Amino acid sequence: MTLTQAQSPPRPGASGRLVGKPIDRVDGGAKTSGAARYAAEYPYPGLAYAALVHSTVARGRITGIETAGAAAVPGVLAVITHENAPAMKPAPPMSVLNLSSLATGTRVNYLNTDEVHWNGQPVAVVVAETQDAALHAATLVRVTYEEFAATVGFTAEEPNAKPQKSDMLQSGSASKGDAEAALAAAPVSVDLRFTTPQHNHNAIEPHATTAVWDGDRLTVHEGTQNVAWVRDHLAARFGIPAGSIRVISPYVGGAFGGKTMVWAGTILTVLAARVTGRPVRMMLTREGVYRTVGGRTPSAQRVALGAGADGRLTSLIHTSVTQVGRVGGGPEQVTSQSRHLYDAGAILVRQSLVELDTLSNTIMRAPGESIGTFALEAAVDELAYKLDLDPIEFRMRNEPERNPIDGKRFAHRMLREAYALGAERFGWSARTPEPGSMRDGRWLVGMGVASAYHPSWQLPANVTVRLSADGTVLVRCGFHEMGMGGATAQAQIAADALGVPFEAVRVEYGDSVLPTGPGAGGSGQTASVAASLLTACEKLKRSMLALARRSSGSPLRGRRLNGLRARDGGLWTEPGPGETYAAILARAGRPHLEVAVGSDTRVGAMVGQARFMAKFLRDRRRWMKAACGAQFCEVRVDPDTGEVRVSRWVGAFDVGTVINAKTAAAQLRGGIVMGIGMALSEETLVDPRNGRIMNPGLGEYHVPVHADIPPIDVCYLGDPDPTMPLGLIGVGEVGITGVAAAIANAVHHATGRRVRDLPITLDKLL
Amino acid sequence: MKDFAYVRAGDVTTALRAIAAEPGAAFIGGGTNLVDLMRQDIERPGTVIDITTLPLDEIEETADGGVRVGALVRNSHLAAHPLIRTRYPVLSQAILTGASAQLRNMATVGGNLLQRTRCLYFYDGAAACNKRRPGSGCDALEGFNRNHAILGASDACVATHPSDMCVALAALDATVEVESVRGTRRIPLVDFHRLPGDTPDVETAIAADELVTAVELPASPIAVNSRYRKVRDRASYAFALVSVAAALEVRDGTVAGVRLALGGVAAKPWRAREAERILLDAPATEESFRRAAAAELASATGLSQNAFKIELARRAIVATLSRLLTDGSAA
Amino acid sequence: MVDVQLRVNGTIETLDLRPRVSLLDALREHLGLTGTKKGCDQGACGACTVLVDGERINSCLTLAVQYTGRSITTIEGVAGGGEPHPLQTAFIRNDGFQCGYCTSGQICSAIGMLAEHAAGAPSAVTEHLASRAELTDVEIRERMSGNLCRCGAYNGIADAIGEVAAAAAVQEVTETGAVRRGSAAGAARQATTAEAAR
Repeated sequence: MTLTQAQSPPRPGASGRLVGKPIDRVDGGAKTSGAARYAAEYPYPGLAYAALVHSTVARGRITGIETAGAAAVPGVLAVITHENAPAMKPAPPMSVLNLSSLATGTRVNYLNTDEVHWNGQPVAVVVAETQDAALHAATLVRVTYEEFAATVGFTAEEPNAKPQKSDMLQSGSASKGDAEAALAAAPVSVDLRFTTPQHNHNAIEPHATTAVWDGDRLTVHEGTQNVAWVRDHLAARFGIPAGSIRVISPYVGGAFGGKTMVWAGTILTVLAARVTGRPVRMMLTREGVYRTVGGRTPSAQRVALGAGADGRLTSLIHTSVTQVGRVGGGPEQVTSQSRHLYDAGAILVRQSLVELDTLSNTIMRAPGESIGTFALEAAVDELAYKLDLDPIEFRMRNEPERNPIDGKRFAHRMLREAYALGAERFGWSARTPEPGSMRDGRWLVGMGVASAYHPSWQLPANVTVRLSADGTVLVRCGFHEMGMGGATAQAQIAADALGVPFEAVRVEYGDSVLPTGPGAGGSGQTASVAASLLTACEKLKRSMLALARRSSGSPLRGRRLNGLRARDGGLWTEPGPGETYAAILARAGRPHLEVAVGSDTRVGAMVGQARFMAKFLRDRRRWMKAACGAQFCEVRVDPDTGEVRVSRWVGAFDVGTVINAKTAAAQLRGGIVMGIGMALSEETLVDPRNGRIMNPGLGEYHVPVHADIPPIDVCYLGDPDPTMPLGLIGVGEVGITGVAAAIANAVHHATGRRVRDLPITLDKLL
Repeated sequence: MKDFAYVRAGDVTTALRAIAAEPGAAFIGGGTNLVDLMRQDIERPGTVIDITTLPLDEIEETADGGVRVGALVRNSHLAAHPLIRTRYPVLSQAILTGASAQLRNMATVGGNLLQRTRCLYFYDGAAACNKRRPGSGCDALEGFNRNHAILGASDACVATHPSDMCVALAALDATVEVESVRGTRRIPLVDFHRLPGDTPDVETAIAADELVTAVELPASPIAVNSRYRKVRDRASYAFALVSVAAALEVRDGTVAGVRLALGGVAAKPWRAREAERILLDAPATEESFRRAAAAELASATGLSQNAFKIELARRAIVATLSRLLTDGSAA
Repeated sequence: MVDVQLRVNGTIETLDLRPRVSLLDALREHLGLTGTKKGCDQGACGACTVLVDGERINSCLTLAVQYTGRSITTIEGVAGGGEPHPLQTAFIRNDGFQCGYCTSGQICSAIGMLAEHAAGAPSAVTEHLASRAELTDVEIRERMSGNLCRCGAYNGIADAIGEVAAAAAVQEVTETGAVRRGSAAGAARQATTAEAAR
């Protein structure tokens, strides 16, 4: 095996006094005591409650809507339908020049139309004095429909898939050489079909909104991954300036992509509050979440690989079909990793789409790569077996020096090292390759491996940093916290950059009145905020120094910043004298000093957006940026029943600098846990007869429980990516990639069976 | 959930009179199934009679060496009771594999007997379901029926009974005691639940005005050597695809006694009489177990998605009996 | 409407409710105790777990009126004497949460679970039902399976609970001078946890 030494020494700057340390989360006290308030937990005098009524047909027109029964329920304030709802503006057209236009969940103008576009579309909202009255009254609204023919079956529609068009953010196809010809000529090859079902996020907090109008000003409490998008979208729909809307979202009870777009519940709560003149809260029922918030698209994929007898790939073909709703949703980059992982002689990737009369699909943890790595990495394992090669050795023979599809440089790539580290920790060498050859008592034991891969992103972030005379630091940025530990990580970064204690830093986030932060998505939030925060801290230190230099009494007089160290709450020469920030501010008679990076003025925002696009395109031209890793798992399969249980996991990741060892590991583990669910049990059952989701609940949609999850060993190489702020690469999504393939490969190793259709339930192994 | 009148019954007589006076009323114990079904608008009682404070929460040894379990004994208490753990380990195990610890702390023995199917179409008010709305049809027949019945189903209904506890009770020859203003009667557990036939909405042998007051376990020396095996899609907190309750007594390599029941395969806990008949006096070998399992499932039929359960049930029977043979009791 | 009198975290609360109001909604919407979470309202996630007379239940599948006269402990009431409950600090130390939404239920459930175990209750993975189960990692995971965590913080949660259970076992040893089997396992786990932290 050609593996280099696992743990290379960290480059300078990789870690600081606090960066890299496993510091406890700053919100731990609030979250473990019940004090943390989520969107449905803000009390308002006169608060009313709303509940949705959902369509039961996939496509049609409402011919009658009977609301008297609902209206008669004691406590009901309003029953809002398309017959009496005030007009809202349609969703703004999508444009890459206005990123918030991407926030549209569906294009349906809810309750402003009698048309039904999917099974479950909201057709009425009931508002009542109490939660129980609203929910009960909603069951009494009777709706009749004229039904239209609907196309709802993904599998049936697959032959009619159309090629995905490329845009600025994603390309629908790419190729190098003639992959089909190379495949035909290859001495060893596989040509396989894989399928994955629809998945739903199932954040434990159902989507919830509390909306309060005060004249033409609107306050919205909402668990969201993008406060600015919610604000801008509501401004567009309700025809009021964005400046009149405040979206507050300090705690988000899980999201995983499902709280990125603006869905019906949010809009209709705001509408209900407008109609009734009361503050209104709506927490969707769990069923309501399934019916109104999109999930991950199902997919059908082909992976064909050809190799020479030397184990070098000559051809790699990966094509995919996914779905979008006729009223919204977008393509998933299912073939993304196949453009970057293997040094194949010829490559062909192509993504196609079918359009269905279903709710929009939406992003869910590692959209594209999570299911794409399943197909690719399972196929790679199959080919390795055909070649009689260890699957790691096979991967190492095909590890590229440059980005395979276009020859660009990698910003950072240590997949070899990740495999070496993971293999050692996992004990891969103890594995006997013959399927069915390992047992533990009556259990069949299988070990599998797969590559993890996720591109890294950076988005614009406006930040202010204020240093006060009491030595405390306030960082303000409208980013989001759904459990990633963002505030903790940014406090570590600021404390290191300014040389102040961790406890001195407070971070404000999750509020649209703050400087506009990045959305939480694409694993890009930490890096995006960090970049601006580091710039701001640098600026702040310069301003501090300038302030100090104005005074003749300062020991910093005549000094330059690059000769100074920020430590002990101030700037110091090494080893000589210096001054604390507090002293500088006191002498200058200033209560605080504040700096800003980025601007939220109209012009400032446009400049920011333009700068972002320029950097994005420049970066994309120059190099390929991504997180990667090696997923190792051990499964036990009951030989009698085919039950699969994951018994061991090691994930070794190349994610650059780790800011907080505790929270980063948690995110990677969380991805692996969700991947285990995807591999073994998760499936949204969409009835192909009427497009209705039939298991809209946590009892029948099986996310992993405690007993399904073994101890997960997560490790990283800790080598910074020189092109990223502090060298960090996002960790939010790479963890789920490769997981399903590692399990499928382990199941094959245990049983000799290849299951290419997720989830790997026991009936497929009997 | 629609509004209802709430009455708390202080004693059994009051409870029985209350339900006799109002046919649309329902008893509520732990509430774990009823509250869910009311919230789903599937159950719509006009009056809810709270029976949780009735004195039916004792577990007592009976004169003949059996155990009498009050209908309001919580599932978790029953599973943890020393008499059950040592003499009827299959029952402890069955209960412990059901639902979650929280739900077992709430759910009562009587309520467990009366819980309703988890068929997806039963739960969705928009779907056709003969059980929920007689005569409306069955959307499961051509729909998602992976969890559905392979034994005793009809064209009207293919739903399964979701209980684990009842499967063990079926194997243990338990008797259900029910009471009404008309008196007390005993129903063998195996006759308590009905197969669907043309009336899948009629699920049990209990009348609308009757209250389950106790479950009686007869003395059963064979039950000491017993086990419950539940096969499901996740490691915990999921309903059974197939489950097996088994007790086995082997003398000189020959099956001297056997009790066998299956869960997840029918609208009722399925006592495997045919398998028991074949096993009795047969050599206690895997070969015998296989023969018995095949015979029991000879009449099983699969739908579009659940045919795998026939093979799964066969294998689960063999595996459970084999485990009893090699590892002995779960106690 | 019915009168409902609940003792919540030691305080007697009197409410006038429709009988259909769940204990969960009574806590959240009528008493303002929003620490108890609604995740599914179907008994399928455990986010609403509270303790009733020390036993853990799902407050979503109950009618509040049924609990008249009972003593309810929610997450807001688990701390004692100004000190956080050891599980609360252990959850922070072991990173037993991410988004925090299932956390209240996890902690209440863990408190109930440790009491059940102390009382000798077996679980579905207990090897021999007739004897007392050691609180191994596998036992903890099975016993906690009624509490879903979609962020996937299961490792941290199990570590936190194991740590508290081990500390309690050690304390018991010190107090009684007798070494129970559980404490050795606990010490072993603590070592593993410490190693993992490094």
